[in-house]
This record gives sequence, structure tokens and C-alpha cells, in this order.
Amino acid sequence: MKLSAVPYVALKALRRNRMRTLLTALGIIIGVAAVITMVGLGQGAGAEVREQVNRLGQNVVLVFPGARQLGGVSIGGGSANTLTVDDARALREEIPEVIAASPEVRSQRVVVYGNQNWFTRIYGQSADYLQIRQWGIESGRMFDEGDVENAALVAVVGQTIVEELFEGADPIGETVRVRGLPLELIGILEPKGMSLMGSVQDDIVLMPYTTGFQRISGRSHAMVINVQVFDEQSMEIAQLKITDLLRERHGLAPYQENDFTVQTQEEVAAAATETSRIMTWLLASIAGVSLFVGGIGIMNVMLVSVTERTREIGLRLAVGARGPDVLLQFLIESVVLCLLGGIGGILLGLAATEIIASYAGWPALFSTEAMIIVVSVSAAVGVFFGFYPAWKASRLDPIEALRRE
Amino acid sequence: MISLKDITKSYRSGSLSVDALRGITMEIEEGEFTTIMGSSGSGKSTLMNILGCLDKPTEGSYLLNGEDVSKFKKEKLSQVRNRMIGFVFQNFHLLPRTTALENVELPLLYTEEKLSWKEIHKRAGEALDIVGLGDRKKHSPNELSGGQMQRVAIARALVTRPSVLLADEPTGNLDSRTSLEIMDIFQRLNREGLTILMVSHEPDIARFSKRITILRDGLIISDKPNTPRSSADAIAQWKDEAEIMSEETA
Repeated sequence: MKLSAVPYVALKALRRNRMRTLLTALGIIIGVAAVITMVGLGQGAGAEVREQVNRLGQNVVLVFPGARQLGGVSIGGGSANTLTVDDARALREEIPEVIAASPEVRSQRVVVYGNQNWFTRIYGQSADYLQIRQWGIESGRMFDEGDVENAALVAVVGQTIVEELFEGADPIGETVRVRGLPLELIGILEPKGMSLMGSVQDDIVLMPYTTGFQRISGRSHAMVINVQVFDEQSMEIAQLKITDLLRERHGLAPYQENDFTVQTQEEVAAAATETSRIMTWLLASIAGVSLFVGGIGIMNVMLVSVTERTREIGLRLAVGARGPDVLLQFLIESVVLCLLGGIGGILLGLAATEIIASYAGWPALFSTEAMIIVVSVSAAVGVFFGFYPAWKASRLDPIEALRRE
Repeated sequence: MISLKDITKSYRSGSLSVDALRGITMEIEEGEFTTIMGSSGSGKSTLMNILGCLDKPTEGSYLLNGEDVSKFKKEKLSQVRNRMIGFVFQNFHLLPRTTALENVELPLLYTEEKLSWKEIHKRAGEALDIVGLGDRKKHSPNELSGGQMQRVAIARALVTRPSVLLADEPTGNLDSRTSLEIMDIFQRLNREGLTILMVSHEPDIARFSKRITILRDGLIISDKPNTPRSSADAIAQWKDEAEIMSEETA
């Protein structure tokens, strides 16, 4: 058979049945779009977590409340109430390797200035938090130990807040309100620069943890204690000492498990990356199922199509088509159908990822790798599910086929 | 050109065996216009399928242009059909929603010859010109009349320049006037040297051919030359319904 005629004949046949082609391809389109979206969001989430962990600073140990969970996954925990402000203070005062410890409390609140308001993340931290994070002050000052002691109504803000609430004007000395509580702005943080996800890091309000605990979140326990260790060599011993000290402070008997988790940022990063990797695979395989279902749809339609076009097949055989020509024709038709679905799915998936990312504020990564894989998979789906119908078509007897009504 | 020798064909279903052809021997020379007649069950369809290389005889030999095609494999028979045989069917078998030109091009897509698309378009166009449909190239079958559809089918049969045109009840789905037009085309093609083999059960149609072979129960019972009726005369004498009705009342 004339080779350049094969894709032509396939496209022609698909065009003759536009509606059916579209509906059949829809199964593949949705499957592929689901894979692309899931992988995009999954990888974005993974990258964000890595980015967040990398931003933590150097020689940082994180102490989370609650026991280590399965697979070491405890990032974003903080639901248990086992870590107190006094724990943090004790860590800093009693362990020589620890040079800073900041009990953290987070909440998401609206910050109001005049008639402007902005939804942001509010962190209660200790005065040495910026040292832990290796973050500088651009103007004004960081709150000090005294502010923490007095639960002073002061705050230090990131660049995003300055832009959104003050439109770039100098906010130092101005007062903003959070849940009706007036906070005097005393400092502006250095811009952290564009992170992988844009300027998310600069969208932050810092206040003394005492103020955060008592006045904003209403909590009495730390969600995490950020600990900075003197140097890298001391990391291991520091972790052991932290564990011992906290066990003693919490009055744990030797047979009892830790009611807290000590992790270095590398461990946190590894766990988080693993988590997001597992999530990505999980989501991708769910999406893969829909691709499989789409493939079954293709097979179904191709079988119907072969039955319906029995006379056409008979005619082609009569005028000189060989069995393999007919096989190839239907196989290519199915592959072209799947590839069209694949391309449509990628476009839909990219659009969906973009929309979800911008509305839900989730980071997303477009993976060329995933697109290539998905296109190959959809071609493979076309071959796999198109083969049986095509084979059936190629086995038809021309006399029988021509006689069929 | 075609030589059948002791062709038999039996169909087996379970322990039952039905003999559709019980020993057919016939010669068809180049340039003939033969009609095979017979009632249903006489074996004429079976014979036609064997002549068209769509089916193989159980026994006997079939020489087509000197080659014994009765021994050929399936794939090779496809090429024989493509190269040497043009089919015209009772119900046209045109691809729906496909233009006349593309329908005619179909056999050229499966030919062993290496043809460029340009050559394919040109040859299909020429074939449509032969049947007088040069101005209908872009029409799809549902925009054509029955007679026009059959002419497209004839063009499709001619496009590979076959040795023989096999027509299976070519006028079976057409009215009498259109049937005459198809016979006119056949006679013209035959005058130009094309060998035509036609199956028909209508004596009126068979009369246009130069030889009539009659089958009964899988055997040839009559095989005679025929003085063909001229299609031009038939068309000239043709009366439409109104004329016939008025004659009857007069």
C-alpha cells in the first residue's frame, strides 16, 4: 500500500465521523489532562516543600510535637500539644551546642491598614529567629528580648506587605490591625528574592511569639521549635541532647516513646520530597486508570466501527488491499485518535493546571518529561486497544464482507 | 485470456457438503463481452467470486493471463485483483462521505506500482472522464443519482487498467433507462477492447452482450454467441412511462 496514504486514510475516516471521534477521544483527553494536571501540581508541591526547607537556614534542627509518624512524615504537623515555650528556652539555655531556639506559632489572618487589607501568614517567633533563618532587616529593627518578654504589640513585615498595604511607602511607625489588635510596625525584612514560586517568602508578618500565642492564635503550645546548632559537626550530638533534655522535661519513662520529633532540615526535606513523590505517583496512577478506561472506550468504538464499515473493508479487500493493509489502516486510525486525544489532553491539562495554580494558589511545574511520557502512553494505548479490532477487520473475508448489509 | 478447467467448488458445513460448482470448463478470449445467466442457486455468484479471485476453487485450474491463480496465496490474490480485475457491484459499494474522485482513487492506493499523488489524481480524473462524470469529481455519493454512482463505480474499476471488468448484476439497482446507459458504457468500453464479464438474471440486459452462458445447478447448460443489441438503438427506442401509458389507452 502507498505509505503516505495510510495516515491520510485514517484522518479521513476520523473526519467522516467527527462527533464520534470527539467523544471517543474525550476519554483519552480527560485521562491525559488528569495525568498532566496531577503530575504538574504534585511536582510543584514537591518543589515548594524543598524550597521551603532550603529557606530554613543552616545547621537547623526542627523539633515537632507528637511522635514520629510512619515513613518519617511529620512535616506540617504541630497538632499535638507537647512543646512549650519553656521547652524552647530550656533548649537554648541548657544545651551549649544550641545557639538559638524559636518556638513558632503560625496562623493565617487578614491584616488591615486604613481601608486596605491583605490576607497573609503571621508567625510568632523569638527575637533570634532571623539569625536562624539568616535573614536580614532592611530598615527599622527586629523585635528584641524585651519585646518578647512584654508581649509587645510590634511586628516586622516582609516586602509583599509593604507593597500591598502601603503601596511602597515607608510603613515604619504605622499601625496595622490583626483581629482588631493594633500592631506597630518596627521593621522591614530584606527581600528574600524571587523564590522558585515567586515572592511567597516575602508575604509574611513576624511578631514576638508571646504576642502570637496570647493575642493572635490563642494557643499555648509551639507548632514547631526552630533550633540552630553551633556548627555542622555538632548537629548529631545536639540532636541527642535535645532528645534527652525534652524527654527529661516531659517526664517520660524509659519505656515511653518520644512525644516529639527531632529532625534536621535534610531529613525533613527527604521526607517531604518522598511524600510529594508518593503523592505524585498516586495521583498519576489514578489518572492512569482513567487513561486505561479511555483506551477501553477506544477499543469499543473501533469494534463498532469495524462492524459498521464491514462493507468498506470488503471493498478495500476486493480492490487489492491485503490483510496487513487493513490492519495498518485501523491501527493507525486508533493511534491517530489517541494521539489527538493526547495532544488535546495536554492542552486541557496545562490549562487546568494553570487555573488551579492561580485560583488555589498552589505552585505548579510543567513537566516536559510527563508530556512526552503521556503522549507515548496514549500512542501505546492506541496500538494496544486498536490492535484487536484492527486484527478482526483484517481477517474479514471479502465475499462475506461485501454481502453484509 | 481466461481459461477455466473442471472448476468445482463445494461448501462444507459440518458433515454436509454442498456442491456449488460441479465442473465448469470455459474459455474467455480478450475483447469478449460475456453474460453469465442463471437463477439463484445456479452457482453464478460462486463462479463470479472465483473469476474475481475473491475465492478459490476446490478443484480445477484457473488460468488468468497464463497464470494459474487457483494456487495463489491470499496476499498474492489481492495483487492479482488489483492489477487485472475491475469490479462493478450491484449496490455500487462507494464509500460514503467521500468524493467521487477519492472513491475512484481507492484501488490506486493499494497498487504495487509506485505512483505519485499527482499521478493518482490524474488517473482517477481520466477514469471519471471516460464514464462522463468529469464534472462530478468533488461530489460525494449522496449527491449523485443511482446511475451516476454506478458510473463512479465503473470508473473505479477502470482506474487500474484491468484486463477484465467483472460486473455482478450491475443494473440490479437501477431503473430501465439508467440500465441502458450503463449498457451503453459497457458496449463502448468493449468496442475499445476491454474484456467484460457480467452476471445478470435479466434477459433484457444479457442481450447487449456478445456471448451468453447459462448455468444451472453448478453446470453450464448453454453457451452461445449472441448478436448484441445496440445500446444506441435501445436508447433511441426507449419510451418513458407517460408515452407507454398513452399508447395503452389509445
